[in-house]
Amino acid sequence: MTILACISYVPDTAAKIGVTADGSGLELGGAKYILNPYDEFAIEEALLQRERHGGRVVALTVGSDAAKEILRTALAMGADSAVIIPATGLDSFGVAANIAAYAKAIDASLVLLGRQSIDHDSFQMASTVGALLGVPSISVVSKLEIESDRVRAERDIEGGKEVLEATLPLVVSVQKGINNPRYPKLPEIMKAKSKPIESVEPVAVSPRAAMVRYQVPQLKRANKILGDSDADIAEFVRLLHEEAKVI
Amino acid sequence: MYEVVSHGVSFAFSQEQEQIRQLAREFAEAEIRPHVAYYDETQEFPHEIFRKLGELGFLGILIPPDCGGAGLGAIECAIIVEEIARICPAVALGVAAHNGLCTYHIYRYGSQALRERYVRPLAQGETLGAWGLTEPGSGSDAGAMQTIAIRDGDHYILRGSKNFITHGNVGSIAVIMAKTDPAKGKRGISAFVVDKSMPGFYASKKENKVGMRCSDTASLVLDDVRVPATNLLGQEGEGFQQALAILDGGRVTIAALSVGLAQGAFEAAMKYAQERIQFGKPLIEHQAVAMKLARMNMEIEAARLLTYRAAWLRDRGEPFRQEASQAKLFASEIAVRTAEDAIQIHGGYGYIKEFPVEKYWRDSKLLTIGEGTSEIQRIVIARSLLEQYRSK
Repeated sequence: MTILACISYVPDTAAKIGVTADGSGLELGGAKYILNPYDEFAIEEALLQRERHGGRVVALTVGSDAAKEILRTALAMGADSAVIIPATGLDSFGVAANIAAYAKAIDASLVLLGRQSIDHDSFQMASTVGALLGVPSISVVSKLEIESDRVRAERDIEGGKEVLEATLPLVVSVQKGINNPRYPKLPEIMKAKSKPIESVEPVAVSPRAAMVRYQVPQLKRANKILGDSDADIAEFVRLLHEEAKVI
Repeated sequence: MYEVVSHGVSFAFSQEQEQIRQLAREFAEAEIRPHVAYYDETQEFPHEIFRKLGELGFLGILIPPDCGGAGLGAIECAIIVEEIARICPAVALGVAAHNGLCTYHIYRYGSQALRERYVRPLAQGETLGAWGLTEPGSGSDAGAMQTIAIRDGDHYILRGSKNFITHGNVGSIAVIMAKTDPAKGKRGISAFVVDKSMPGFYASKKENKVGMRCSDTASLVLDDVRVPATNLLGQEGEGFQQALAILDGGRVTIAALSVGLAQGAFEAAMKYAQERIQFGKPLIEHQAVAMKLARMNMEIEAARLLTYRAAWLRDRGEPFRQEASQAKLFASEIAVRTAEDAIQIHGGYGYIKEFPVEKYWRDSKLLTIGEGTSEIQRIVIARSLLEQYRSK
């Protein structure tokens, strides 16, 4: 079974991100980039499924050259090979089209992704890749069981669980808690250094969505402090009626 | 703007070194931090943590892959120990002693047979290692040791005792320094690999310490232990020189441990200084506290530079004894000072166990004593200076 684990390179959760003055782009400053936290679960799930069913795990990222760093992490965790599709500035559809093209090229039985990338949070990948490949996709999965080509997936829903069945080939995005990602071992980090990272030509697709503008969220209105004169009390009542609209 | 093409000095770590730091940091945060207070309180040895450290390769850092290790150098060892010490200096002490003293000593001076038999299980974390130089009557004056090794056919008989030995209890393999020729003083000292399967070799008293409490410190008894002559490390009479060379490396690691401890204490103080309001504003807005924090951070950075420079020299195969002593001396002393200042910033809350800084303070004091006291470091540095600056 060939398992494709798709991972992305995102600004650290602690990074302070700003918007350019004209709203056309982001200011990332010296933000540190990391492996998208949800994708760690995707890599781990790929490794676990390989341990149970055999096969190989290919780690894939679509992004800049610097993203090779997270492919090294995937290799150190145990992925058999790593591939980069060097393309930046794509919309979600463009990324999905590239993932789908590569998944098809290697005849992947299972495509695993994190439930979302914590940069743009578009939640598009699993369903778009599934649609492009013409195979089922299940999103935000918290438990995955495979027996021959039958798959049983659990999703957490409000107050309970939803159990779905499907067959391979399949696209699955995984939720935190599905597993406990392993630490890469020291000797594996060093071995990963010398493993090749294959570069695959991007597929050209026209964007389906264009970014119009970035905007910083409005800050919460500051609290108002009133005095205790009769006028203040009248103002207080007016504010409750007209601004807070609670009475 | 101008461009400088510079060759020769770089303060950047490699991508793998950054990855190793991230691994050590994540491991320490997730697997050690939740248990720090428990192990400190109970003085129980954290076997489970060491089992996991072994799995990750953190117990065979300096040992080549063909002997079961990770094949890394002093810089990587310093990175790992620094990151662990930031969370728990006592666990870091075990990692430092196991890697830098016992395991590396056997690897560096041992025969191929000894490497196979002892280094491999140590490097893979199947067992822990101890290193025995200090005795009840000889600390800094190691040459005055009383433990003797008497040749008897193809064995040596070791008799004596060792004191304050890290992993004395939990370690099953030890390097023991003993006199094969007492008349020659320091030049009559030899180093042996001794293991707990040899009758007469056992741990006695486990120490109850002020800090580093989950680090296993015990006395070792050698009651006429018959050690195969093939367990001699190198040649007879080389033991003292071997021990000094091993301590040079160990001191770089203790310097890294000190930097990590100071960093942990500093971070706790930074956090508290922003949260605690006195006189209507956070502590950090009071200049007396802000200036203290500025100095603490500067001293940590200086100690870190000394430490990684000494590690870098060692990895390049250059002499580093003076630099190792300077790093160890400076870093250990600023660790004590930083931990004390961190308590001062916390005030009364710094003196109780609900906050982490009192533990850093208790742990820190060992660092100016173990692997050569501050006074011994000054002697080593001064001797080295005299060599360099000797007037004709």
